[in-house]
Amino acid sequence: MIHSLFLINASGDIFLEKHWKSVVSRSVCDYFFEAQERASEAENVPPVIPTPHHYLLSIYRHKIFFVAVIQSEVPPLFVIEFLHRVVDTFQDYFGVCSEVIIKDNVVVVYEVLEEMLDNGFPLATESNILKELIKPPTILRTVVNTITGSTNVGDQLPTGQLSVVPWRRTGVKYTNNEAYFDVIEEIDAIIDKSGSTITAEIQGVIDACVKLTGMPDLTLSFMNPRLLDDVSFHPCVRFKRWESERILSFIPPDGNFRLLSYHVSAQNLVAIPVYVKHNISFRDSSSLGRFEITVGPKQTMGKTVEGVMVTSQMPKSVLNMTLMPSQGTHVFDPVTKLLSWDVGKINPQKLPSLKGSVSLQAGTSKPDENPTINLQFKIQQLAISGLKVNRLDMYGEKYKPFKGIKYMTKAGKFQVRT
Amino acid sequence: MLESSKDSAKLDAMKRIVGMIAKGKNASELFPAVVKNVASKNIEIKKLVYVYLMRYAEEQQDLALLSISTFQRALKDPNQLIRASALRVLSSIRVPIIVPIMMLAIKEASSDLSPYVRKNAAHAIQKLYSLDPEQKEMLIEVIEKLLKDRSTLVAGSVVMAFEEVCPDRIDLIHKNYRKLCNLLVDVEEWGQVVIIHMLTRYARTQFLSPWKVDEVVDEYSESNFYESDEEQKEKDQKLKAIYTMDPDHRLLLRNTKPLLQSRNAAVVMAVAQLYWHLAPKSEAGIVSKSLVRLLRSNREVQYIVLQNIATMSIQRKGMFEPYLKSFYVRSTDPTMIKTLKLEIMTNLANEANISTLLREFQTYVKSQDKHFAAATIQAIGRCATNITEVTDTCLNGLVCLLSNRDEIVVAESVVVIKKLLQTQPAHHGEIIKHMAKLLDNITVPVARASILWLIGEYCERVPKIAPDVLRKTAKSFTNEDDLVKLQILNLGAKLYLTNSKQTKLLTQYVLNLGKYDQSYDIRDRTRFIRQLIVPNEKSGALSKYAKKIFLAQKPAPLLESPFKDRDHFQLGTLSHTLNSRATGYLELSDWPEVAPDPSVRNVDVAESAKEWTGIPGKPKKEKPTEKFYSESEEEEDDSASTSSSGSESDSKSEKEDEDEGSTDESSGSSSPSEESTDSESDSKESAAKKRCRAVNESDSQDIKKKAEGISMKRSTSSSSDTEYTSSDECSSGSKSESDSKSDSESGKSRNATCNKKEEKPVQDRKTPKKQDMFLLDLDDFCPVTTPVAVPTAAALSPSLAADLEGLSLSSSSVIDVTMQVSVPTKTHELLHRMSGKGLAAHYHFSRQPGIFGDRMVPVQVTVTNTTDQKIENIHIGEKKLPPGMRMHEFNPIEFLEPGGSITATMGIDFCDSTQTASFQLCTKDDHFSVNIQPPVGELLLPVTMSEKDFKKEQGMLTGMNETSTTIAVAPQNSTRLVIIERVVKAANLGVVPSGEDNIHRFAAKTMHSGSLMLVTVELKESSTAQLIINTEKTVIGSVLLRELKPVLSQG
Repeated sequence: MIHSLFLINASGDIFLEKHWKSVVSRSVCDYFFEAQERASEAENVPPVIPTPHHYLLSIYRHKIFFVAVIQSEVPPLFVIEFLHRVVDTFQDYFGVCSEVIIKDNVVVVYEVLEEMLDNGFPLATESNILKELIKPPTILRTVVNTITGSTNVGDQLPTGQLSVVPWRRTGVKYTNNEAYFDVIEEIDAIIDKSGSTITAEIQGVIDACVKLTGMPDLTLSFMNPRLLDDVSFHPCVRFKRWESERILSFIPPDGNFRLLSYHVSAQNLVAIPVYVKHNISFRDSSSLGRFEITVGPKQTMGKTVEGVMVTSQMPKSVLNMTLMPSQGTHVFDPVTKLLSWDVGKINPQKLPSLKGSVSLQAGTSKPDENPTINLQFKIQQLAISGLKVNRLDMYGEKYKPFKGIKYMTKAGKFQVRT
Repeated sequence: MLESSKDSAKLDAMKRIVGMIAKGKNASELFPAVVKNVASKNIEIKKLVYVYLMRYAEEQQDLALLSISTFQRALKDPNQLIRASALRVLSSIRVPIIVPIMMLAIKEASSDLSPYVRKNAAHAIQKLYSLDPEQKEMLIEVIEKLLKDRSTLVAGSVVMAFEEVCPDRIDLIHKNYRKLCNLLVDVEEWGQVVIIHMLTRYARTQFLSPWKVDEVVDEYSESNFYESDEEQKEKDQKLKAIYTMDPDHRLLLRNTKPLLQSRNAAVVMAVAQLYWHLAPKSEAGIVSKSLVRLLRSNREVQYIVLQNIATMSIQRKGMFEPYLKSFYVRSTDPTMIKTLKLEIMTNLANEANISTLLREFQTYVKSQDKHFAAATIQAIGRCATNITEVTDTCLNGLVCLLSNRDEIVVAESVVVIKKLLQTQPAHHGEIIKHMAKLLDNITVPVARASILWLIGEYCERVPKIAPDVLRKTAKSFTNEDDLVKLQILNLGAKLYLTNSKQTKLLTQYVLNLGKYDQSYDIRDRTRFIRQLIVPNEKSGALSKYAKKIFLAQKPAPLLESPFKDRDHFQLGTLSHTLNSRATGYLELSDWPEVAPDPSVRNVDVAESAKEWTGIPGKPKKEKPTEKFYSESEEEEDDSASTSSSGSESDSKSEKEDEDEGSTDESSGSSSPSEESTDSESDSKESAAKKRCRAVNESDSQDIKKKAEGISMKRSTSSSSDTEYTSSDECSSGSKSESDSKSDSESGKSRNATCNKKEEKPVQDRKTPKKQDMFLLDLDDFCPVTTPVAVPTAAALSPSLAADLEGLSLSSSSVIDVTMQVSVPTKTHELLHRMSGKGLAAHYHFSRQPGIFGDRMVPVQVTVTNTTDQKIENIHIGEKKLPPGMRMHEFNPIEFLEPGGSITATMGIDFCDSTQTASFQLCTKDDHFSVNIQPPVGELLLPVTMSEKDFKKEQGMLTGMNETSTTIAVAPQNSTRLVIIERVVKAANLGVVPSGEDNIHRFAAKTMHSGSLMLVTVELKESSTAQLIINTEKTVIGSVLLRELKPVLSQG
């Protein structure tokens, strides 16, 4: 399956290579560089590149290309999904996944990769198990290790690997037993010029942070489970109980994990919590254009809209923008032509607006299309679909855990066409 | 530093070396120094040395051999992690000399106790194979062995090895097919992907195509979706002509479906392709929702998934139509994603959605991403050709785009218009005129060339404009692009041929210009055209055909999807993504014409288990007349004993309910008449009927009566014979007892007492037997004979049994459905003879699972004719069932003799509720509304499990899922035997062997949903008991609790 892995940074240096079978020369990456050049933007590099003897499958995350080399037929998603899992694991281990961090922790990275694949076939990908095999580096542990000479490699097979619940470590102990669940919903929407919704969907996830002693068995039930249309679960969730009773029943992994991601059925109309009024015009004759945006709350169920951020990719012919925001700060990058305006909170009494003029390159005709506006926002304490957790119960352990549920609505891919 | 005596120094050195390896620097000269440390006690050093070895051993083979002995020693280490990693490294050192050692190690590891080590052995197989393909035969043996492994950990890896080493040895899969299907849910995600792909290929060679007869299958598959294999086979006979899906095929589809919910995109995609390639067309639709969900994830995943959707959407539009909006393009998508989405939208376009789509396309055309805009124009063109209604609108729209300032957009639209006009040669005069006007403004060469070509091609339709255009372009000829010049020449030639009067001079002028052009291409073309069209002496035969050559009818270009030819690759594969065969791609075979023998998938062990699990089916299988008779004999005993000696029936009162007594009495009262007359012929008929139904030990009075006569004759002649049959009978009758005792001592003793108890009545009955009946001694238990079947069952690993069972219990494989045990003899009145105008009907629950499918509660209905006329055509009429409830009717009864009665079996799926099933019982002239309300105890299916499993399951069903109460137990009820008997009679529960005297456990699962129902009776002091029920179905649980309470408290 996966022969080798190359990590390539933005400037085209291979800064890490790992081989699981015979060594593949790094010259194979030349094909990749070629494709990269052709694609002009990192985002456009095709994920699958055929070369005469190998196939290169790559993902691009955190400004690093992870290029896997394979030699024969294999489901491409298998490799891609695995590479993403590798990145997730690094993030889990080191907090962030960047070139510097990987270089600093090259030994741990190597050990982890060694455990994740055997002969190119995934061996252990659950981060709980990996962490037992190879302990993540912390300052404290490094100090202890240098003093005592102990290692951060586990010498026992993690119990989870063999049990029926491979995602959970045994012998977990906490003094404070807590279980937090974040219901996060994202609105994906396309709003057209006139402000009417073209498409709008709600995608949600429930992220959990569970720190409970022993082997707790949790059940989570919803007030309105019918809202959930399409769901995908963490392997710990018992599918049959969901099928029959619409209850999430599971023995949780230890720590942070994504319990569930769901899609709210399309029949429900999506309440769009904000609106954008815009007036962007370029005139053919003059090299000046007008630019005006106002953001306001719409259906927010009485909650405040926070963390509003407006970004817009200006046409290439725009030279500069002179704008005045009524609140927040704005930046226009003349190189990438990206305008971003950090609005902050929306005060319904005094709507934030951004006004000013756009100067265009002299001599060019006006752009055909007005720029699309991308919107980011957050609404605390609200799940826009109306999903509500009914209760959370714990069985199998004696103590009383502290339970918490948080709701949040965010903008996903929220675009306003102008 | 490596020579240092301190571990920390060594470790530091190793870390640096690994750092070098990671950067791709050569560290091979350090090999000798590093290898020495392979035996280090420090596990981290050891690991890093392993890393080093794997990297460089191939280059330094001789030195690498030094390390082998260390690994050989480690292979015997008690720590499984060390054994496994030793095997890993040993097999990763690609040194040919050690092949025999590796082979040995693999063989040994493949029978290791730890599944983790076995998993590594499976990986090692592939490594060894790539090192030395000659070992193939030996390796296949190991694979065969590991395929039999039951650990979910091993399954994925060994299938991977199978795919790598011997993907053509399909025969190895046969025996493991069902196991793999059933384990699939529990296998780790990566293994799932590999197994699903392998099973897709397997299924394509083994099963018949479900597509040919889709329409028939639609309704059919619906009805037998949940039914057992046996049931299907039965139906097969009835509907031989029609296609039926192999139960194994269905098993695969059913077991993969939950995996669509996986968080792993690769698994979802694998299931999607499985459904695409294997499922009946009507069912493949369920995958689309999950695929659309994947579009939310990373760019790379989107790319692959969109490609696959594109292929799917060409063939089956309907699958993705509801999700059209999910494919709308966002300005932030990368170009490759945008074009793929566009592709899918174009595929999905139809009359209904085209207007919204076109509006959407309009925004895309204006996109700043010009490549995308161009692709959109092509998409519009394709929509226009595919959907005739919008062709004109599209054309107009495209014509407007001609005034766009962007070259690419204009060029693309001209090209598309050109193609469109070619496909629609009816009415384009107007557009061509318009385009001719545009010629003044358009500067893009491709577009100009396209316009000129169009005018030339259709110059006969625009006779006035064409020469004018030629005149204009001739003027600007020298300034034109090469592409345009060629088209000007073309236009000139065509006009010369059609309208030589007006254009002769002009053409000549153009040809002259071309003759001295800088480009040789144009000079060549000019010469060629001149020779062809201008008549002179030398011009050959060709010039005669010049007109035909230039103005031939040109076939319209087909505007079709670039994904059209991808469907011959299996979806979700690399080859599909690249649209070319990748190395090692395994072709998906076509469906076979005739299905290969399905019995190859039967597992030997399975056979014995099946016999056991299928005991209610047993009479069905061995349906020789003898068996049939013996059954009726037994029943006859019952009725005979009750009727002839009431006191005896009292003596075994535990066995019989009061109610039952009364019915028996009624049968008894009718029994005098029975011995007379027509019994012989009727019994034959009833026998036939009985065969039709799933036979069981019904206490059908009718049959009792009839059979009595026969049995009397037979039993006199061969009492030993009857002895045997009756014991057989008992084995099915008293199975619960035998089950429960299978592993518990106490159970055995209980049976023993049972035996003793029985003995007495038996003795007693011997006397009447001689005088009156001959078979009384065969009554009731013969526990001694029962254990025969039981140990096999107990010896079977539970999950295997679960496999055979069919599947519904994948998550809790330790649990087994057992056959039930004691049939409650309590009958309920369905129709009183007064209200039924002489037709009386009773029903009882026969507790025979699996007759009508897993979810049906079997109900035996006995209809009696109390009139003095024949009642004809008794059948079930209109049904009024609550939603979700289903009913399997009994076969209509043709007629019922006066005084006669007949028993029929029907199945009702109560959906785990105690709602009544109302239906009409119809005769030829009348119909009566009747109701069946199930006691909650009958909605269950007993399961066997060990005490340990019971406790484990119970541990998971606490809290809300637990109901309990304290009850007073009558003193005579406090013995184990009595409690079990009473509880089992009240509810269809399986007895769980218990180690403690005062705790009694019972287990069952609900019929419809298969949720576990665990009942615990814990005897306390002072004749009280704690009754606890653990179940997910709390409602049923509490109802059951209520019903069980009086059972134990009553005296």
